[in-house]
Amino acid sequence: MSAIHPPAQRIWWNQPIDRVEGTWIAIALIWCLILFAMMPYWHVYGKQNLSNEAYRTTPEAYAAKAEAMVAKYTVRTHEQSGLPVVHPPAGSDVYLIARLWQWYPLLEFEEGKSYRLHLSSMDYQHGFSLQPLNINLEVLPGYESVVTLTPDSSGEFTIVCNEYCGIGHHTMLGKIFVVKSGADHGK
Amino acid sequence: MANNELYRVCPSTGLQYHKSAELLIKANAVAGVVILLVGGVLALLVTLTRWPAVHLLPADGFYQALTAHGLDMLIFWIIFFEIAILYFTSSTLLRCRLATPRIAWLAFALMIIGVATTNIAILGGDSSVMMTSYVPMPANPKFYLGLILFAVGALLGCFIFLGTLVIAKAERTYEGSIPLVTFGALTACIIAIFTIASGAIILIPTFLWSIGYINHIDPLMYRVIWWAMGHSSQQINVAAHVSVWYMIAAIVFGAKPMSERVSRGAFLLYILFLQLASAHHILVDPGVSSEWKIFNTSYAMYLAVLASMVHGLTVPGAIEIAQREKGFNKGLFEWIRKAPWGNPVFSGMFMSLIGFGFLGGISGVVMGTEQINIIIHNTIYVPGHFHATVVLGTTLAFMAVTYFLIPTLFKRELIWKGLAKWQPYLFGGGMAVFTLTMMGAGTLGVERRHWDMAFTGSALGYEYPGSAYLMMGLVGISGMVAITGGALYILLTVGSILFGKRIEVPGYSTTQTQLKMPVASAIEGHGNIGVAGFSAPGTLIFAFMFLAIFVVYYFINWKYLASVWPMS
Repeated sequence: MSAIHPPAQRIWWNQPIDRVEGTWIAIALIWCLILFAMMPYWHVYGKQNLSNEAYRTTPEAYAAKAEAMVAKYTVRTHEQSGLPVVHPPAGSDVYLIARLWQWYPLLEFEEGKSYRLHLSSMDYQHGFSLQPLNINLEVLPGYESVVTLTPDSSGEFTIVCNEYCGIGHHTMLGKIFVVKSGADHGK
Repeated sequence: MANNELYRVCPSTGLQYHKSAELLIKANAVAGVVILLVGGVLALLVTLTRWPAVHLLPADGFYQALTAHGLDMLIFWIIFFEIAILYFTSSTLLRCRLATPRIAWLAFALMIIGVATTNIAILGGDSSVMMTSYVPMPANPKFYLGLILFAVGALLGCFIFLGTLVIAKAERTYEGSIPLVTFGALTACIIAIFTIASGAIILIPTFLWSIGYINHIDPLMYRVIWWAMGHSSQQINVAAHVSVWYMIAAIVFGAKPMSERVSRGAFLLYILFLQLASAHHILVDPGVSSEWKIFNTSYAMYLAVLASMVHGLTVPGAIEIAQREKGFNKGLFEWIRKAPWGNPVFSGMFMSLIGFGFLGGISGVVMGTEQINIIIHNTIYVPGHFHATVVLGTTLAFMAVTYFLIPTLFKRELIWKGLAKWQPYLFGGGMAVFTLTMMGAGTLGVERRHWDMAFTGSALGYEYPGSAYLMMGLVGISGMVAITGGALYILLTVGSILFGKRIEVPGYSTTQTQLKMPVASAIEGHGNIGVAGFSAPGTLIFAFMFLAIFVVYYFINWKYLASVWPMS
């Protein structure tokens, strides 16, 4: 009789579907299929997709690659923090280290150019959250992921850590400076 | 059908309570409410810290409180109450004795010990690892041990529920099939067993790692398996609170399901399309392919979402039909205008339904979309979403059903009935604004699990826009309103159980009456009600409004995604 009593028919599967329900189920199912279809659609026609490129690594191996990049492409030292600012060539592999509680090094990109940004953690799990754009990626120790970024706006962008990583979590910031293409970055 | 067990019949509801089961339902529900109180105090501390103008706790205290708040609320309070629901929907609704009450007490003891052990570990200060305890950040071994003990207890509770169903069938305490509400609880129980198994698979090795027997836990593997527990446990909540919705519709309105086939079919979809639910949480993780992510968030059809959309229609639809049959048949919306809005059992349930669907449901599907997750992952949008599902949805539904249980189960009259009328509005209204403003702040990039959005002490610094601070201020204020509503719930329930006027009811006896199948005439259509051949036209209009908001909001998010830097 009601939902706290047994159904009126022992074989409840034979009870007819109400017209309101039938209408709604048909419409809802179509919507659910659209929800699914949007994801593959965006892989083909959208511009914001993550690559599936990832490797197993170790903190030592990854840090060595990052340090080599820093040694080669550092253009200045950031006054406030004393951290190196690296200006890698367009299209190159850029290695960003996440560690307690720092994103290393600071990066300088040119607007409109593409960069293969690598991410890995030296210790705990971290979160790459680029503000104010709000691009968020997970960073795990032992895994090196690659995403090709093409900055289409210039200015100063901040990397906030958004995976809890201990008491200093809120101090873990990094920077990506995006300059106009061909600008004098040596200053 | 007599045996030596003792039963009593509640004169106002006709429900039959098995004495041993009755005590266990009370014990589990009370334990849940006590933990809700602890979790609520922690909620106050956490909210007052995230409110930028107040910023109450120091960083270590904040992370400690947040870890305990997550576990106490999301796991301990809800699962204790769910065990009470499992015993109620099996033993009470099927008029059957509860299987093995002694083991049920053992389960209860294990769960209590588990809660205490984990909370003590967090209190010690060396286990502020958040509810998710992602490796390799270590917690005290007691932290994992408590969770494991709690899970073993909850698993026993699930088996007792199943055992009771077997006894009810064997002893023929009911005719025909089990009621829809029990069917929904069975769904929750089956999902719970899968959930607890996943929890065991990841937490036992992590415990062994914490005491030095295993030297490495892969962080990605941990996330995949941990979320098979963490996300599925939210599916238990959905199945449980949807069952409570149906139960309240039946109790308050005498509503019968629009069709048993659709409602039960939708519960089955929850089990079959539960997904490797962890996929939603690792959409921006390295090492998992896009194909895997897309398939496992949707199984190509989003049939679990479909199931919730179906329940979201059939519950108010059943209420609409019951109201129209009572004579509230004018126009499209008389049935809802004339609903008992002053009865907290109904108002709480209805706000739970609306909040879960409009706020929790839509946001959940949007952020569970592979690419859209890039602009939402780990921002405070995420707790905004799950406070809409688990607090506005599950907790408010459980609060609503409590007002029904106090007279029938605890045999006490509710104290302060005038205040009780307002409690669901205070809690639900506060929570709705709280979740919306959290999602707003998340869209502006404010992070979750973050002590200081001003980044004090950082060598680099970043300033969020003023609108983000405004949103977080509103989160603080609306959070205070919701917490006041929660405190009122605890005052009302504890006050009623301790000081409410006793209701005299007939005593226990060994008589047991069978639950009869309704006469077959009850299924003959819905009579001469409704508009234009539709029995529940008002509900259908609400459903279309819901869909319109869903579609617009979904595509707004794609548009927002399209505005960020291209990446591939």
